[in-house]
Amino acid sequence: MTTSNQVAIEAVGLVKKYGNTTALAGVDLTVPTGTVLGVLGPNGAGKTTAVRILGTLLRPDAGHATVGGYDVVREAAKVRSIIGLTGQYASVDEDMSGRRNLVMIGRLLGMSRADSRSKAAQLLDRFELTDAGDRIAKTYSGGMRRRLDLAASLVGNPSILYLDEPTTGLDPHARNGVWETIRDLVLDGTTVLLTTQYLEEADALADSLMVFDKGRVVASGRPAELKAQAGKQTLDVRPAEPAHLERVAAIVAEAVGVRPSVDVVNALVSAPVTDGTSLPVVVRRLDEAGIAVTELALRLPSLDEVFLALTGHAAEERPVDILEGVGR
Amino acid sequence: MTTATIENVPAYRSRPFAWVQQSLTLAWRNIVRIRQNPEALADVTFQPIIFLTLFLFVFGGAISTSGGWRGYLPFLLPGLLVQTVVFSTMGTGVGLNDDFAKGVFDRFRSLPIARISPLIGAVLGDAVRYMLSIVILMATGFALGFRFDNGVGYGLLGLVIVLGFALSMCWIWVWLGLTMKTAQGVQGIAFLVMFPLTFGSNIFAPTSTMPGFLQEFAKYSPIPYLVNLERALMGGGPIQKPLLVTLAWMVGLVAVFAPLAIRAYRRRT
Repeated sequence: MTTSNQVAIEAVGLVKKYGNTTALAGVDLTVPTGTVLGVLGPNGAGKTTAVRILGTLLRPDAGHATVGGYDVVREAAKVRSIIGLTGQYASVDEDMSGRRNLVMIGRLLGMSRADSRSKAAQLLDRFELTDAGDRIAKTYSGGMRRRLDLAASLVGNPSILYLDEPTTGLDPHARNGVWETIRDLVLDGTTVLLTTQYLEEADALADSLMVFDKGRVVASGRPAELKAQAGKQTLDVRPAEPAHLERVAAIVAEAVGVRPSVDVVNALVSAPVTDGTSLPVVVRRLDEAGIAVTELALRLPSLDEVFLALTGHAAEERPVDILEGVGR
Repeated sequence: MTTATIENVPAYRSRPFAWVQQSLTLAWRNIVRIRQNPEALADVTFQPIIFLTLFLFVFGGAISTSGGWRGYLPFLLPGLLVQTVVFSTMGTGVGLNDDFAKGVFDRFRSLPIARISPLIGAVLGDAVRYMLSIVILMATGFALGFRFDNGVGYGLLGLVIVLGFALSMCWIWVWLGLTMKTAQGVQGIAFLVMFPLTFGSNIFAPTSTMPGFLQEFAKYSPIPYLVNLERALMGGGPIQKPLLVTLAWMVGLVAVFAPLAIRAYRRRT
């Protein structure tokens, strides 16, 4: 039923102001049906404002948007019937049990009492919440709460889903579970718009990525393209003896072909590299010189560095570095 | 309808009276929440008991001309009934503000349901709280020797009217609950309004004993009329004038504050 050239979400020139603050300064975006768009940006970049407009919770001051072909302002009721919102966009009721939350949504959507109950049971089962179903949501762990958020947004079988940082704060096991669910939904043809702080998550899920900053889209493309734009990988070497800094810097310079930066305070030598081929060379030379190191790592650009590269200023929130490679 | 067919039918269907069922569902939610959070009921359970016994025994001997606190009870209880119910209406505003702050209302607003349903649901759900406070206060009163001297029929009518008044007045708090930033703010304003409104009235003592400015103030407040009506219905006396004034106030409160509340609900982001 889905053809790849259909558009699920389209926004043109969205503007939203709060007093003197401009939350959105003209945002265009397009999400083809059945794909995942990842939206990246620091707090206050306008991500949430954009999603709230696309979720009919907020009217834009200028510009227009359609979701599933319906105008978000003029045909808000129709838009609401095909979307699902999670997390900070639309919360579950913490003072009710997970099951009652789901039954309530079913009833509000016009399902009969029996249908609401069976739908709730089915979703609890799908998200491994059956045992916790009758406990009030306040007592849920972070992972359970995310799964309930997701379940709540799926009661009406939405064809378009807005996810708010679906895995922030989750342990790797819970995170993989949420990723699996999202992938399954996409396989079923659901269109997903997700905000995230993690490049890794965007890599894992998103077909395309947009970076918001100060109410504007500053970059968009496939995750790999953005990372390439953001800069290369970084080689970090930290000698055990600070006295060896200069010699390490010389070895790295020779292996990489670029003069590395030397951070005397942290006793760290860093150099930009295009790939990992220089790493064995550095290891060999260090060994030959008999220099012990406490850290030897090849890093992908962190979110901080992506923002720095794309926006010219640092992200406000403390990002979690994505470490890969050796020496950890 | 089987589960299989729900999967394929869009949940949104335009039904003419869908908002009634949606409101009832949301009222049910508020009642479930009350059951799960019984400590939140303190204001409608213990407070009426404490207020009645305190005011009765502290002021009873001083205010009543005959019979000490026993003589004061038929005067105090109808008044305190009004105060209790008026005070419990502000909980509606505090609760709505909390729902907004926590993002629960965004869930409702993102669903294809009637805009008015969450507000009506909140008010209907709170009607249960109001009823509870009425029942507890009256039970305490009866235990202390209060009786419907004007007949049970009129007495019960008095309870229905005070409940109706609460359901009209709570729209002020629905509106403020949607307009103000924090639940504490709502509560602060509520106390600022409630204390002069209830104490500056004939609830505890006849207004004729008060200075002129307070008597003037009481003339323009609905509370003394409602209190007089309750006293007349429960103990005897002229009914027509206080009934008409009270009903006019109820209609007026809903006519002014319900539209304001709906407007605030639509605008709140």
